Amino acid sequence: MSLLGEDIVTEEGEFVVNIGPQHPSTHGVLHLKVWLDGETIKKIQPHLGYIHRSIEKMSESLSYRNFIYATSRMDYLSAHINNQACALCVEKGLQIEATPRAQVIRILFGELTRLQSHLLWWGCTGLDLGAVTPFFYAFREREAIMDIFEETCGARLTQNYCVPGGVMADIHPNFQNRVKSTLKQIKSKFDEYDELLSGNVIFEMRTKGVGYLSPEDAISFGCTGATARGSGVSCDIRKWFPYDGYEKVAFKEILGQGGDCYARYMVRMAEMKESVYIIEQLIDNIPEGDFQAKTKMVLKLPKGEFYQRVETARGELGVYIVSDGAASPYRIKYRSPNFSNLSALETMAKGSKIGDLVAIMSTIDLVIPDVDR
Amino acid sequence: MNLFLTISFSSIASGLHNWLGTTIQSHMLAMVTEMVIAGLCLLVFLVPLCFVLGYMERKVAAFMQIRLGPNRVGPKGTLQIVADTVKLLFKEGLTPNASDKFLFNLAPVILVVTCMLAIAPIAFARDFQIWDLSIGVLYVSSISSIAVIGILMAGWSSYNKYSLLGAMRSGAQIVSYELSVGLSLISIVILTGSLRMSDIVMSQETGWWIFRGHIPIIISFVIFLIASTAEINRAPFDLAEAEQELTAGFHTEYSGMKFAMFLLAEYINLFIVSAIAATLFLGGWMPFHIGHWEAFNHIMDFIPSSLWFLGKTFAIIFIIMQFRWTFPRMRVDQLLTLEWKYLLPISMVNTILVTVMAIMGWHF
Repeated sequence: MSLLGEDIVTEEGEFVVNIGPQHPSTHGVLHLKVWLDGETIKKIQPHLGYIHRSIEKMSESLSYRNFIYATSRMDYLSAHINNQACALCVEKGLQIEATPRAQVIRILFGELTRLQSHLLWWGCTGLDLGAVTPFFYAFREREAIMDIFEETCGARLTQNYCVPGGVMADIHPNFQNRVKSTLKQIKSKFDEYDELLSGNVIFEMRTKGVGYLSPEDAISFGCTGATARGSGVSCDIRKWFPYDGYEKVAFKEILGQGGDCYARYMVRMAEMKESVYIIEQLIDNIPEGDFQAKTKMVLKLPKGEFYQRVETARGELGVYIVSDGAASPYRIKYRSPNFSNLSALETMAKGSKIGDLVAIMSTIDLVIPDVDR
Repeated sequence: MNLFLTISFSSIASGLHNWLGTTIQSHMLAMVTEMVIAGLCLLVFLVPLCFVLGYMERKVAAFMQIRLGPNRVGPKGTLQIVADTVKLLFKEGLTPNASDKFLFNLAPVILVVTCMLAIAPIAFARDFQIWDLSIGVLYVSSISSIAVIGILMAGWSSYNKYSLLGAMRSGAQIVSYELSVGLSLISIVILTGSLRMSDIVMSQETGWWIFRGHIPIIISFVIFLIASTAEINRAPFDLAEAEQELTAGFHTEYSGMKFAMFLLAEYINLFIVSAIAATLFLGGWMPFHIGHWEAFNHIMDFIPSSLWFLGKTFAIIFIIMQFRWTFPRMRVDQLLTLEWKYLLPISMVNTILVTVMAIMGWHF
């Protein structure tokens, strides 16, 4: 028995290291208990709950208009898409639909959110692998997107822009011009990103063949998003279960090959380009009309169960509402993408080195508040 | 200007030596006094050097990362590093409860002392060298390999798992890369026929080795740069302190002045490595000479030799700093693969080539 606990070295001679909850590469308060043999990982046990805020339970006492805002704090990098999922689910219960203008604005905001989330992820991937410079390059473009959000809805990170029936306010008059100029800037930088990180020899050495996830494992762990698509599993909700008019937009579902860190990386890099493509199609075609459908002051969902899924920047987010006809939900359950993706971590990382663990975690793109909720 | 050119450092040194010899009766005491004065000069030189390097590193990083870097304290932020040092001086030096306190306190001292020792045979300018010993190159490479003991000691005595992992990595890394560094130095020694630093510099009077030694010397210069970057634990080979994996590696538990000593050692090591590369491959303080172009050579001689030396050294430091802000970090097994499967065989073949070249006289 010692200061660090009784299990510094197990009976099999394995070295137990606690990575987190305060650690630079866990991107939050994730605690991983790692059993090591030298540098090789034998076993990983994620310990969750350090940032559990009981958002689901809290939502039971909030009205159908208000519970949406708590979801911005789940996956804060996809805040708008989380809001959108909740708004869509309530709309499903009310049997209304957002106005055409609101739908297009939602998609535009959703894709901008995906873009800024992926940019942050790209910077952090570089940072996790020891290259500090990409982070600053990514933030240069990300700031421009955040400014767009700020101009229209006042907030930069947790926008709270979606309401049942549409969006909270109309877009800023400058919105279209600003989006266009930002897209132009971002498009000109993609080559720079590839030069700086994707094409780097050391980066390829660090990611190719590392953290293999087979398609079967991806499906059985419930992985979604780029984590599953990197293994070649088609799971883009925008294609399979289109919402808010995604069926009218032309875009490709990016599927990776190989299921390693490099494949997941490449999927996300290509997804950024697809997001730009989607925004380009819609930015000049925002229909005129109301930005919000007319709804009652107090929303009451009919008795029953409602489920809505959307594609966040990290995968499939499901919102499950059980209503007993009252003004606030009886029970709410979120199916968060990060929780399922995290569960595949041990399968991916077993047998690889500690340095690989960091690479794998960054290509899963974990946001810890979304794991715990 | 005239004064600067006529009074050489050696005349100051010999003047001091004679004065001490006459004023102090005991020969032993005179020698000790002389050494203490030399050591103080070294400290007075090294601490500002580390300030310059620290400032330079932050400015280079800022330049590469599209930001401004330090710009608040003092003119253009030059005093920022002084402010940081004062902060480190006044911080509490924590010692973990379960650590081996003697070794824990000894480790940073060992690191700093070894790198200060290694600076002895470096020629800063014409006739300005602390100790021109006959085995200069061998001395530097053997002294700098003692540093690994300090790192292992720090990792072991901290009683921290991250520190221990960092120290283990560092041990494997430094011991392996030592070989390539040694072999790439040997190629110059073969051409010069001497281990003495002053001889090596003098041998480049008609041109620096990197220009005269054909491709094999360029190869060994590149290998030296890669391997010595690894040996001083700098990115992309900074596995021992891999921030994203091991928080801070072997110096996780250090704080305050002891942490500052690790930082000091890192920067002095960076300087030494660059100085050695400048001395062996780029002619040290020797001005840029081309064969027998007397007029051209004479003009070049007007630039002070210390400026030549520092200019070359800082050029190499700049390159090594750019590595850090460009590349991702390697993995520990890839690091060792690079050394044992690529660098070492290449430098062995290269050494043979240089030997053949020296025997046949195929260099300029």
